[in-house]
Amino acid sequence: MYAWTLIVVLLMVMALAYHLGRKRAIASAGGVTQINTLHSLPSYYGLYAAIWAGLPALLLMGLWFGFQDQIVTSLVTANLPAEMLDGQSSGRVGLILNDIKNLATGNIVSATVTPEVQAAADQYARLARIANWAMWLAVLAVAVGGMAYAWLRTEPQMRARNRVESIFKFIMITFSSIAILTTLGIVLSVVFESFRFFQMISPLEFFLGTNWSPQIALRADQVGASGAFGAIPLFTGTLMVSLIAMLVAVPIGLMSAIYLAEYAPRNVRSIAKPVIEVLAGIPTVVYGFFAALTVAPLIRDLGALAGLNVASESALAAGLVMGIMIIPFVSSLSDDVINAVPQSMRDGSYALGATQSETIRRVIIPAALPGIVGGILLAVSRAIGETMIVVMAAGLSANLTANPLDSVTTVTVQIVTLLTGDQEFDSAKTLAAFALGLTLFLVTLVLNVIALSIVRKYREQYE
Amino acid sequence: MSKPTLNAPQAPVRRTIDIVNASLKRRHAQERRFRRIGAIAVALGLAFVVLLFADIVGKGYTAFQQTYLQLPIELSAEKIDPAGTREPETLSTADYMAPIRAALRQQFPEVTERRELRQLYSMVSVGAPQFLREQVMENPDLIGTTQEVWVLADDDIDMLVKGQIDRHAPEESRRVNDRMLGWVEHLEEQGRIEKRFNTIFFTQGTSREPELAGIAGALMGSFYTLLLTLILSFPIGVGAALYLEEFAPKNRWTDLIEVNVNNLAAVPSIVFGLLGLAVFIGFFGAPRSTPLVAALVMTLMTLPTIIIASRVALKSVPPSIREAALGVGASPLQTQFHHVLPLALPGMLTGAIIGMARALGETAPLLMIGMIAFIVDIPSGFTDAATVLPVQIFLWADSPERGFVERTSAAIIVLLAFLFLMNLVAVLLRRRFERRW
Repeated sequence: MYAWTLIVVLLMVMALAYHLGRKRAIASAGGVTQINTLHSLPSYYGLYAAIWAGLPALLLMGLWFGFQDQIVTSLVTANLPAEMLDGQSSGRVGLILNDIKNLATGNIVSATVTPEVQAAADQYARLARIANWAMWLAVLAVAVGGMAYAWLRTEPQMRARNRVESIFKFIMITFSSIAILTTLGIVLSVVFESFRFFQMISPLEFFLGTNWSPQIALRADQVGASGAFGAIPLFTGTLMVSLIAMLVAVPIGLMSAIYLAEYAPRNVRSIAKPVIEVLAGIPTVVYGFFAALTVAPLIRDLGALAGLNVASESALAAGLVMGIMIIPFVSSLSDDVINAVPQSMRDGSYALGATQSETIRRVIIPAALPGIVGGILLAVSRAIGETMIVVMAAGLSANLTANPLDSVTTVTVQIVTLLTGDQEFDSAKTLAAFALGLTLFLVTLVLNVIALSIVRKYREQYE
Repeated sequence: MSKPTLNAPQAPVRRTIDIVNASLKRRHAQERRFRRIGAIAVALGLAFVVLLFADIVGKGYTAFQQTYLQLPIELSAEKIDPAGTREPETLSTADYMAPIRAALRQQFPEVTERRELRQLYSMVSVGAPQFLREQVMENPDLIGTTQEVWVLADDDIDMLVKGQIDRHAPEESRRVNDRMLGWVEHLEEQGRIEKRFNTIFFTQGTSREPELAGIAGALMGSFYTLLLTLILSFPIGVGAALYLEEFAPKNRWTDLIEVNVNNLAAVPSIVFGLLGLAVFIGFFGAPRSTPLVAALVMTLMTLPTIIIASRVALKSVPPSIREAALGVGASPLQTQFHHVLPLALPGMLTGAIIGMARALGETAPLLMIGMIAFIVDIPSGFTDAATVLPVQIFLWADSPERGFVERTSAAIIVLLAFLFLMNLVAVLLRRRFERRW
């Protein structure tokens, strides 16, 4: 039984409840001619019944989906023979459970199927089936119960509209709180996992170490069992790629914003501005492809002509293409702030005999500087958090180098690499990705907060 | 000391105008230079756009065609259906590679050595028998006849015919050796090689073989993901915007929400991937690599965009509408839902479409939640393992085969076409419904 069928059934129950509630309201008022004795319009009684039928049932269903897997899994785990779990790391237990689930759903299993695993898989499948049926029953019971409750409560004096409206308002408040929940979810998930990481690896080593090789062996007896988690090479790599990107994006973006805002004829502006902004709408994976297959070979060939040894995945290629991607951010944000500078300031400058470029450089840019700096900070945060271009074009080796022709790796690249292989949730290798994620989140958060407050202050100044 | 006489040559008085005049030439040159730099910057920006598109289209347009070889294939009844029952099961399990190979041998009877034969066989795609099987199953009357059939060529032959592999390059630097080149040229002379529209690209899932790889699976994955994202994020975004803009009291909680929304819009997308991995997959046990999880992550990502756009749309509805509605006795909620919301809806939809366009192109967070898996089947629901178009592009871009370069570019062209379409709809919507009050 699919969950989607249940949702459709629930929607039908809601429609029925609406219809019944409305009819009941009209009947309780004494027919269509008497509906002026009702407190609210009949449709509100219908909505009231529909909400009572649908909302509790939907909530129950959501909770059920959220926790069914956990409960069933813990039941199955409890029934597993003790010798299977004794002395195993929680990662191994996770693997066993994964096998059981795969077996139960008919997928491919990684290990050989022992009778215990088979039994557990059967139990899992049975429990899941029971849970599924129980959910159908429970949800439909709640829906019908809610409908009956609303039906019994329907009487001419009931303030149906007010109740419906307060429920709507409550729903809207919940929706707007999702933004907070998201932030909370991000912070909690990365902080929690990072905390576990920092219990294994000291923060000092992580933030100050210069050697990054996160390949931890799964078993202690393997060669090179201990990885190194010094993240400095990642930070310098990220900084270098971002710096190259900003060196491309800031001059081009700023100058084109100035040109388009101050010099360009109207028709040039009306074409050039949207065309440049097309760059902002192109998915980053496309830039990554462009960087890896077009720009990187080009740079390598040019380097070979000049007698330089360029890595096939150089920081320069990734940085250049990232710069291209960021041009429209810088240019449209700068364009906004330049246009926000009051015309009177320009006129004053012209009246004193300044040329246009002098006006721009001595009056407009200083006046718009806070906004421009804010825009650039936002662009930097974007460059630091950009993933696909560097994943595809910057490489994986954590070199501590200042040579842009070398291959470097960045924080985002490492997060992707650490989490896309076969993973165990408990190894330092996986958890390191969350520690990197936390660092990334905090750095970009600080940059964003500063940038947004600068931009906002600046806007207020001229409004 | 003599008094200065009146007609003695005086030192010229340095008037401001002279200073200005003296500097004018330099300043005007500066002005021209500054202006030129600006024009160059704009030109560079435009050049990058043109370069990017030219590069992608130049690499990708050939992928919309696929090379086929015409071979006279003898579908002997003894081989395919010895019992003569024409049962679908017999027909579908028969060996269709053998007749194709026999046809190849018949074309080039001089090839007998084993190594050469293997090369000869490699000219045809390993997927070719599958298409032959479909033809035979559709029309069992073909059995027992010899048919001129167009069979799918291998990707190396495809590249050679399309000119991606240089025929005049020295043999050792070419993936196709001289012997195979000779065969291809022989077939070309006979008119047995043709490029046709590449339907496989649009109807099949991915594959390890470039000539068999298509984007249908990824497109369906993207479709399911976007559909669910829209279903979830649009009502939530509009509800949140409505509350924040129209009902929320000015207090610390709503301030916090507002700061949060603005910051979330600028959080790197990969962090949302970490959230999805830790919360949806790790905590709630949602199935990995499914459109369901992808849509949940995308919803959280696009919400700020939709909320911000919806608030702008609500702001642009003049207060007189609200006052009039309230004046005739509508409740605040009725005012919003019956009068303000319909007027703000086009703007909100525009925001939603732009948010969806961004979600369509997003890759990084989806790598985190396991959408990177190699999935051949075309997904048929929200909880089937799937991949999405940008992730497919990423995976293909990593493949070493020459044939994947053009297919990756072609997939990018399709992706960009969809993005273009969505943005076009957004712009048209804005034009059509934009009101000046």
